[in-house]
Amino acid sequence: MSLVRATVRRDLLLAARNPGEWLNPLMFFLMVAAMFPLAVDPDPAFLAKIAGGIIWVAALLATLLSLDSLYKADVEDGTLEQWLASGESLYMLALAKALVHWLCSGLPLTLMSPVLALMMALPDDAYGALVLSLLIATPILSLLGSVGAALTAGVRSGGLLLSLLILPLYIPVLIFAASAVYHASIGMSFNSQLGFLGAMLALAMCLTPFAAAAALRLNLSR
Amino acid sequence: MWQWLVRLYHRLGSPKWFYELTGKWIIWLALLSGVGMLVGVVMGLLFAPADYQQGDSFRIIYIHVPAAIIAQSGYMIMAVSGAIFLIWRMKMAAWVARAVAPLGASFCLIALFTGAIWGKPTWGTWWVWDARLTSMLILLFLYFGVMALQRAIESEDASHKAGAILSLVGLVNIPIIKYSVDWWNTLHQPATLKLTERPPMHPDMLIPLLIMIVATYLLFALLVILRTRNEILWHERKRSWIQELPEVAARIKGGQR
Repeated sequence: MSLVRATVRRDLLLAARNPGEWLNPLMFFLMVAAMFPLAVDPDPAFLAKIAGGIIWVAALLATLLSLDSLYKADVEDGTLEQWLASGESLYMLALAKALVHWLCSGLPLTLMSPVLALMMALPDDAYGALVLSLLIATPILSLLGSVGAALTAGVRSGGLLLSLLILPLYIPVLIFAASAVYHASIGMSFNSQLGFLGAMLALAMCLTPFAAAAALRLNLSR
Repeated sequence: MWQWLVRLYHRLGSPKWFYELTGKWIIWLALLSGVGMLVGVVMGLLFAPADYQQGDSFRIIYIHVPAAIIAQSGYMIMAVSGAIFLIWRMKMAAWVARAVAPLGASFCLIALFTGAIWGKPTWGTWWVWDARLTSMLILLFLYFGVMALQRAIESEDASHKAGAILSLVGLVNIPIIKYSVDWWNTLHQPATLKLTERPPMHPDMLIPLLIMIVATYLLFALLVILRTRNEILWHERKRSWIQELPEVAARIKGGQR
């Protein structure tokens, strides 16, 4: 257990010392979202309708960007081998890595989303739904993504491959989260969507670390 | 019965046994699927009555529906073979999984393509974001992901395992995707395209369809077996039993490799 805590601490420290790694995806998030009004239509009434969806797609893409480096360094410098030699379960490592990834990507995205929502003229009623859906569902993105990151950690130019593997798996999250925001913006209840997202989070928390751990072992046999 | 199944399973793990057994099947599979398709197509295109709403354009179901069914069960086969490989380390299972992936993707493409052709006259558009269309599209993406991953990893064993893990993750996800897409669709465009819900079919239409489904399954089995045999030939090429095969021995003697 202390190894898990040490890993979380080390990775957070690394992120703090090298802020570009988690700031760049955030800036990307902002820029991608800013492209839509420029390309489509800056009319607030129109933006209000698509704001939730755009913010969510941008969040997906930003998450993908930061996933690539999740296990790369650990595989290359032998940290992973040390972890395995310690006898601690890889399941816990996968969970810890996903947690750190969420703290460095999902959480800042969630905190920044109201600013974007303001620029996108999201109706006032939908702010709560947007922040709540991001808060519940971005951990799912990190967990599912950690499987893809583990699978592609040893592959050269694995970033693009990672997106190919993971994006289809993100579709249910996108559907429920965007619909929660949309429902809130037209004044309807969005509890059921949040409920589904919560169920998916529980499922992802139980199952994805198994897959990620199995995938991590592959990097050792290579 | 159980004993027999266990023995069959262990034998299937032997490339040599699989190669020799399926060698006898090829001709029968080819014949049966060929005749079945011929009968099914002739019955479907010439003898089945035209649909009272869609006219003759409905006849594309005789290709569309079998392809869609096989695209879905192909993913299942790929994921289950992957699981067998991960759990029991059976090489044959990994080769089957690798053989199935592009075939399943092809059938998925055929289903989407014929669906688009069908959609144009019946719905007036090539593509709609209908729940079923969307989930087939996502299935195609899942196939692409598995194939891309298998190809990207150089180490043979690791690429098989990675493909298996990804297809299993996808398998768990498929019901969730299916459900969410259905839910999303009913939310956004309730009951616009009810043409997809056919009344119970008349036997004259149904029987050719069933024949086509069986024949296409046989074709799929044939293609999977052929591709798996190729994998066997390639991976076991150094083994003496391969070099003693009549078709291989003749080539080695003739100096062709």
